[in-house]
Amino acid sequence: MASINKAVLDLKRLDLLANNDSVIHRLDARAKVLVTCVFILCIVSYDRYELSALFPFFIFPAVLIALAGLPPLFIAKKIALLCPFVLVVGIFNPVFDREVLVNLGPLGISGGWISFASIMVRSILTVGAAFILVGVTGFTAVCQALERLGMPQVFAVQLLFLYRYIFVLSEEGGRASRARELRSCGRKGLGIRSFSSMIGHLLLRTWQRAERIHMAMLARGFTGQFHAYRQSSFGKAELLFVLGWSALFVFLRINNVSRHLGTLITGLFT
Amino acid sequence: MSHHIVEVKNLRHVYSDGTVALKDVSFIITHGESVGIIGANGAGKSTLLQHLNGSLEPTGGSIHIGHTPLSKGTLPDIRRTVGMVFQDPDDQLFMPTVFDDVAFGPLNLGYATADVEQRVTEVLELVGAGHLRDKPPYHLSGGEKKRVAIATVLSMSPDILVMDEPTNGLDPFARRQLMALMRDFEHTRIFTSHDLDMVMELCDRVIVLHEGEVRADGPAMEIFGNDKLLAECRLEKPLSMQGCPVCGGGPARVSRPHPPHHHHHHHG
Repeated sequence: MASINKAVLDLKRLDLLANNDSVIHRLDARAKVLVTCVFILCIVSYDRYELSALFPFFIFPAVLIALAGLPPLFIAKKIALLCPFVLVVGIFNPVFDREVLVNLGPLGISGGWISFASIMVRSILTVGAAFILVGVTGFTAVCQALERLGMPQVFAVQLLFLYRYIFVLSEEGGRASRARELRSCGRKGLGIRSFSSMIGHLLLRTWQRAERIHMAMLARGFTGQFHAYRQSSFGKAELLFVLGWSALFVFLRINNVSRHLGTLITGLFT
Repeated sequence: MSHHIVEVKNLRHVYSDGTVALKDVSFIITHGESVGIIGANGAGKSTLLQHLNGSLEPTGGSIHIGHTPLSKGTLPDIRRTVGMVFQDPDDQLFMPTVFDDVAFGPLNLGYATADVEQRVTEVLELVGAGHLRDKPPYHLSGGEKKRVAIATVLSMSPDILVMDEPTNGLDPFARRQLMALMRDFEHTRIFTSHDLDMVMELCDRVIVLHEGEVRADGPAMEIFGNDKLLAECRLEKPLSMQGCPVCGGGPARVSRPHPPHHHHHHHG
């Protein structure tokens, strides 16, 4: 649980990055959300054996990190945190898919390994893009942008609340876990049984807190409608940002730039 | 200004599990009064407070806020009149930024955008939290959270301010800050607290709850002077009325309405 606490702290840091000021930060959130969506769509639309064509897409996170002044190492660590999950998703591909697709001299690389690598690269790109989006926009602004782009308000509000109370709940969970650890004296305690009741308690406490929050909302005249206060405009810079990046992504999606570059270079030597 | 009156008549509350939280509670609080509601854990303080803005429905009895009976139809109006500050600011601050949180009430009341902006700025300045307006609430310290929570209620211009354990969990400095803030309010104020020194400094009148009933209701000095009553209700004198632990001397002279100061000095 200590690591969860730390992860939450890091999440706060990611959110704080959104308070910085840069060309990218100043753009309307909708533009950034749209571009990130196009980016992710382009990447997931590739065939599962595609690998080389994915690499040019790294230009997007790289440029954004550079322009927005985000700490690259921090973002990389955040992405690395998710790698174990991706590993689980992709690890059986090499086992089941043994058909050799590429021959590097005597070494035959099976389709399974290629699709596995493809999954890894795609996850790094998409997850990275999502983190960067939050880092240059802030989670709240992302939710508001989604709502203004047509997502039903109920979902936007749910997302906002989820994000707001992740901190409170993880702190509560962290405390409960620490209390359990301290009383189990370095042994396993009651093992899985104590965890199940702990999670039950956490759920009940969450429920009670939800009731209190609802009460607080009613006390302040809540009638089911969330009123957005902030207004920002979608201007020329935003249009340029969206069109420019989208055009590039579509171009990269249609043309395998890595391959063209490869044939160009090998062509020079023959 | 008759609409600042809080009248509770024979209020009874039984929770769905059969617990009788309030047996029979009656009192009237008039305009501008500052009242402390004290009592042991489980005496019914929080239940009582939740009735004052209609968060709970009475099992029996009635509540009038300024001659308006509390009912479903009058609820929106009464909730604007009675500003409720919750015990845990994390329950009260649910919006992404301090500004949004303070603006939440006024926006729900349908004020114009420019008005909301001005109102939010004003109340944040009033509670000394102007510099926090763009911060997310979870980045604030306990004292800051509390002050912002108060601002969220003040922004709706309530006539009656109800606070559950306002000084709970605050450091001595933050506690003093908060007390100074509350002393300046002209609203009718109702607090519950175990911080009896705070109650003595801020409240002219004290209501003692004991097992769901009003055990005593009177001037603060009178109630805190009654050792027998306090002991029976699992309470004790405020620390500033007790003897000095170092020199064993009598209680410090308390001159109300100014806060009591301890005048003992120990040298060497």
